[in-house]
Amino acid sequence: MSSETQKILTTDGIPLEVSLKKAEKKNKIKAFLLVAPLLFFIVITYIFPIGEMFTRSIDDRMVTNMLPKTFKAMETWDGKELPSEEVFAAFLSDFRLLAEKKEHGKLGQRLNKEKNGFNTILKKLWRKMKNFEEGNAKEQIMEIHKRFRDVKYWQAIKRTAPPYSMAKYLKGMDMYYDEDGKIVQVEEDRRIHRILWLRTLEVAFFVTIFCFLMGYPIAHLLATLPMKYSNLLMICVLLPFWTSLLVRTASWMILLQQQGIVNDFFVWIGLVGDDNRPEMMYNKTGTYVAMTQILLPFMVLPLYSVMKTISPSLMRAGKSLGGTPFVAFWKVYFPLTIPGIGAGCLLVFILAIGYYITPALVGGASGTLISNQIAYHMKATLDWSFASAMGLMLLSGVLVVYWIYNKLVGIDNIKLG
Amino acid sequence: MALPKYTETRYRIWHYSYLVICGFVFFFLIAPLFVIFPLSFNAEEFLVFSDGMKRLDPEAFSLRWYHDMVYGTKNPWGLAAKNSFIIALFATIGSVILGTVAALGLSSRHMPFKGIIMATLISPMIVPLIISGVAIFFFIAKIGLAATHLGIIIAHIVLGTPFVVITVTATLSGFDHSVTRAASSLGSDPVNTFMKITLPLILPGVISGALFAFVTSFDEVVVVLFLAGLDNTTIPIQMWTGLREQLSPTILAVATCLIVLSTLILVTAELLRRRSERIRGINR
Repeated sequence: MSSETQKILTTDGIPLEVSLKKAEKKNKIKAFLLVAPLLFFIVITYIFPIGEMFTRSIDDRMVTNMLPKTFKAMETWDGKELPSEEVFAAFLSDFRLLAEKKEHGKLGQRLNKEKNGFNTILKKLWRKMKNFEEGNAKEQIMEIHKRFRDVKYWQAIKRTAPPYSMAKYLKGMDMYYDEDGKIVQVEEDRRIHRILWLRTLEVAFFVTIFCFLMGYPIAHLLATLPMKYSNLLMICVLLPFWTSLLVRTASWMILLQQQGIVNDFFVWIGLVGDDNRPEMMYNKTGTYVAMTQILLPFMVLPLYSVMKTISPSLMRAGKSLGGTPFVAFWKVYFPLTIPGIGAGCLLVFILAIGYYITPALVGGASGTLISNQIAYHMKATLDWSFASAMGLMLLSGVLVVYWIYNKLVGIDNIKLG
Repeated sequence: MALPKYTETRYRIWHYSYLVICGFVFFFLIAPLFVIFPLSFNAEEFLVFSDGMKRLDPEAFSLRWYHDMVYGTKNPWGLAAKNSFIIALFATIGSVILGTVAALGLSSRHMPFKGIIMATLISPMIVPLIISGVAIFFFIAKIGLAATHLGIIIAHIVLGTPFVVITVTATLSGFDHSVTRAASSLGSDPVNTFMKITLPLILPGVISGALFAFVTSFDEVVVVLFLAGLDNTTIPIQMWTGLREQLSPTILAVATCLIVLSTLILVTAELLRRRSERIRGINR
């Protein structure tokens, strides 16, 4: 029936439906064009480089590019017995090219990581190959050293063929490929990265807990006090929030030093002896104290903005229905603040897990976190692919936290004070 | 917060201990900032209160570290302050323009793929800074702008735009779109409408976004540490180096100046927030 009714037309004679759709599409394009410059900018300067971090972290093309003919010849090799003459000849010609470019040393070092003893035999090959006769490469190479007759060394070369490798990620978890290509853990006393990961998690977790325990009461006070008092107290939260991170770190360095005010105070109240002042900086205590103070505003502000919307009459209703103040708080008020708790804890945890400046300054050796390690590899060792790998491992951890948060609370609830 | 007369003693005790706890937390938050202030006037070279200072002896106080900050030999602070202000200024301008325009699009109800685009745009804010630092460094180094002001400015625009996008979209969420339609129906073109109608109304949001962007850039050290050369040193870099090597009182003089600056920013931000709430009629 409806199909029989005449379609409504606009003044131009186009059906209204079509005209509206057209207008809608035009609006969509308009809105998108406004967003496009920033989107384009962020994708180019930020999203792509994060992708580049990934390719950099798995990039292992060095040997692949050094021995192209060898790997081509190895394609048909089953990897169980010694390779054929063809492979040996290809290897020799690749190696000669490298020697001309003086890059054979690099190959030796890289292959030595794969299988111990490679460097020596390649050096020997380099010295002897000038006297090689044309053809019969396999026999001549095998003559040089018995290791060339060992199939394991050829298997090691084959393992480096793929242009990518997960080795950097394994290193970040204190594991590596052993000589047989199996994944093994490094010795117990050298598992530094695992300690750092655990310590980062531990610090982020406890800083979040401390911030919550300290932030909840004051956010509640700020939200329930009359405006003229709360505005004044709000300054105590906002001034540190707007103050430079380095300034706040500097003040903690002054406070916590051995001759500092906190220690003076402890001596004065007789908690510790003057000759026995505790070391509060350059260890985990310093990291905890400074990070808690620095991140506390990020807990208070979301909590406050949620608490502000809770009507005080709800608590009165709870009490008038027979609940004690504690019951009324726990059953009525607390559940309503959960979005704020979620947002605050998420913010503090994410900020804490990637913290770098404060731990580096007040943390000392036992207070350094995974970000310090990333910065160290970026600036000192210049092992950028390893820094990228660890950065992405950290990022995936953060994304998991976001995902959980989104499931529990919803990501739209983040507010900036 | 006065308690009713009929409150039982145990709740009374609980209430007062709650106030004491809050007092401690507020003290913990604000007190560290006030340590720097008197110590920056220390006449001596040590970072502890000298006996003279404890007696409030005027001899024990001096402005020598402020003098050193401004006129000291081989003094890095002048250059650092100049660089910091230039970089923060341009980074703020870039962030505000890109962020405001994008926020206008994002708050249109016709915007397609709003969720995913919003997530992309604010990702620099929610990804740990060290990771952003590594990624942005790779980009800036690839286009050959490492150790230039422009490179650092671009990096800071990336980090600053999320704040502008968030504050301006928040302001626009209470925005009455019928006023722009009224302007159009009276014959105004879109640019004119934006400049004369929309912008004045969302200005508080834009300025508070700009403040966030400015502070982000002015206080940023992780990315600059990767990117800066000797000529691009900034105040945070100098403070970082100073704090790592030797805590000199000059740093405290600089820190005091920074606290004064952040107080100014705080006051501006608060005034703007109140004005914005009044305009949007959320005056509680």
